[in-house]
Amino acid sequence: MHFAFTDEQAMIAETAKAFFAANATSERTRAAMARTGIDDALWQGFAGDLGLAGVAIPEDQGGVGLGMVELAILAEEAGRHVATLPLLASIGLAIPATLAGGRTDQTARLLPSLASGELVASFAQAAPGTTWNDRTLTGAALHVPHGASAGLFIVAVGSDAFLVKRSAPGLSVAPLTSLDQTRPYARLDFGGVAAEPLADPAAAIATAHRTGALVIAADALGGAQACLDRTVAYAKERIQFGRTIGSFQAIKHRLADMMVAIEQARSAVYWAACAIEEGSDEAQFAVHAAKAFACDTYSHAAGEMIQLHGGIGFTWEHDAHLYFKRARSNASLLGTPDWHREQVAQRIGLDEAA
Amino acid sequence: MKLGFSQQEEAFRAEAAAWLSAELNGPFTDVRGITSLVEMPERRRDWEKRLGEAGWSCVGWPREYGGRDATLAEQVIFAEEYARAGAPPRLNHIGIELAGPTILAFGTDEQKARFLPAIARGEEIWCQGYSEPGAGSDLANVRTRAWHEGDVWVIEGQKVWTSLAQFSDWIFVIARSEEGSKGPKGLSFLLVPVDQPGVTIRPIHQITGEAEFNETFFDGARTESANILGAPGDGWKVAMALLGFERGVSTLAQQMGFRNELDAVIAAARANGEAKNPLIRQRIAKAEIGLRLMRYGALRMLTDAEGGKLSPSALTYKIQWATWRRDLGELAMDVLGQAGETVAGQDYAFPALPNLYLYSRADTIYGGTNEIQRNIIAERALGLPREPRGDLK
Repeated sequence: MHFAFTDEQAMIAETAKAFFAANATSERTRAAMARTGIDDALWQGFAGDLGLAGVAIPEDQGGVGLGMVELAILAEEAGRHVATLPLLASIGLAIPATLAGGRTDQTARLLPSLASGELVASFAQAAPGTTWNDRTLTGAALHVPHGASAGLFIVAVGSDAFLVKRSAPGLSVAPLTSLDQTRPYARLDFGGVAAEPLADPAAAIATAHRTGALVIAADALGGAQACLDRTVAYAKERIQFGRTIGSFQAIKHRLADMMVAIEQARSAVYWAACAIEEGSDEAQFAVHAAKAFACDTYSHAAGEMIQLHGGIGFTWEHDAHLYFKRARSNASLLGTPDWHREQVAQRIGLDEAA
Repeated sequence: MKLGFSQQEEAFRAEAAAWLSAELNGPFTDVRGITSLVEMPERRRDWEKRLGEAGWSCVGWPREYGGRDATLAEQVIFAEEYARAGAPPRLNHIGIELAGPTILAFGTDEQKARFLPAIARGEEIWCQGYSEPGAGSDLANVRTRAWHEGDVWVIEGQKVWTSLAQFSDWIFVIARSEEGSKGPKGLSFLLVPVDQPGVTIRPIHQITGEAEFNETFFDGARTESANILGAPGDGWKVAMALLGFERGVSTLAQQMGFRNELDAVIAAARANGEAKNPLIRQRIAKAEIGLRLMRYGALRMLTDAEGGKLSPSALTYKIQWATWRRDLGELAMDVLGQAGETVAGQDYAFPALPNLYLYSRADTIYGGTNEIQRNIIAERALGLPREPRGDLK
């Protein structure tokens, strides 16, 4: 038992921190928001130059061969800057689905280009009524993160899962104007689209949900920490009534409460990361806990960031709304905090007879 | 980063579990499952002695002082197994968790040899003399005085909220030893025997109807010159270091107690059908998640402490658990409904869950109120300006 980063993990965190601080600037984020929600140069730097898109892909499949803790570290640091990367879509969802559920030839074909970042993929939950017949899909998927930028989709249809290429005839991809422009959704319409089944769809879907929820929770942790750090900095410089607003107990206590929640979220995220990595019986439980707790913490912290900044926090110019909107999107994706708590309720035996 | 335990550590777990099970299903079956701090004090003194004899009392201490030189992981494991076995709260928890570590850190070799083995053997029970009627949140506003007279310290004044003083042999006291000094300056940390004419203990009946806390009066009380930790005037430094020891391994044992309380709430909800109420389900799930996160927060804290670092979660831990437990008390009453508000018989003595509802109101006060905790977090962790002091007496 050693519940702290190893030296190597601390180094990865430092590298990622420096990379995002230098590159995921507000200016570049806003430029990406106005287009696809991906800063291509940032993605090239992250996936291509640093080779980090393949963080949790085994080395013999073109990856770095690290695990869930390292993935959580990267997602946390990206979240700190609301970085405009397909980190959830490609690294948090599509790669784990492919690794867990793909046939050998599918993984061999796809993982090297997913690891290098040349191929961006996303995960699409098909809407009810979507069907697979004659090796083709008919139906739709309504909210696919970074869907308009993906060259490949893993499509979950009930308990089945398929690979669908962006270029497949009959697929239409409509970018959606999204509340969170750093991770916009697209709608997919499948009009008899060729779809290749994955070998183990159950494993693909479960692994994508689990890893995706961990990545969202870690993103929420980094985002919430940024909300706190930036609001503390502001409270130390903003002067009203002849004193810094951070000297008022009404403000101090709210900032302290944010930290209390964030430290718990940190425990939750790294508990979940370790539990998955170590194959613990508690892994699924830990993921539900982390997703629920970290998303609630982020929503609260981002709301507090706006409130404690006052009027400036309500402007488009200030970054507070980027966090506020990412927090909202994090809460909705892959199950709301209430839904995850209900899963916990079922797992602790509330439905057993007294 | 790793959460699992090694094979060797698991072997230690099996050894501890086997010993605890044999004792608590054998000679000490009568104290198994006790949760109150004040029930069956004589038998629990015996239990302290038994733990000491077998070397399971203070597992993290050095062997020469009655410990077992256990590693951090082993201490964690023992704390968990102790609670899992249904062993009672430690009657001497203040000696083991506060006085002992403080003596280990600040004591002379003579003091360590004099006091530590007696704590480890369960022979001397300790209590804590910090708060006073005028020194609550403003703890440094101590008025109890101490002065040298020949080869003894003489102590005059009053302490309050001294938990378990009625069972204690020793009390550690912060007292003003420099006349005219103010605030944290001029205080000394004294070790004082309780059983003497100059010390009077009067129980305080609390909102539960029980009396765990006391007022302790010092009226010309005496202790030997040598019974001071640190130098005269350095008492505040020692007193504050001691508060850091509250965030030790014992938090894990405390959490196992919380586990039992939450399980009792879950059982009650299943029994009366409230477990099907979606709002109650959400709150129980929240409590469950909160408890798990306490464990992992504690493991972070302990890992960091082993590496000589103060974890950020160490500063947030008190308000976290205290608020969690207060919320659990409220949840318990919402689950029980009016059935929780009455009790059979004439005595004002409620069962565990209603008692939790009442007792947990103390959790957010003692050891630094939630409001003081927020000040500490804001000032020490976030670097925000300190609260200004007033000058009212």
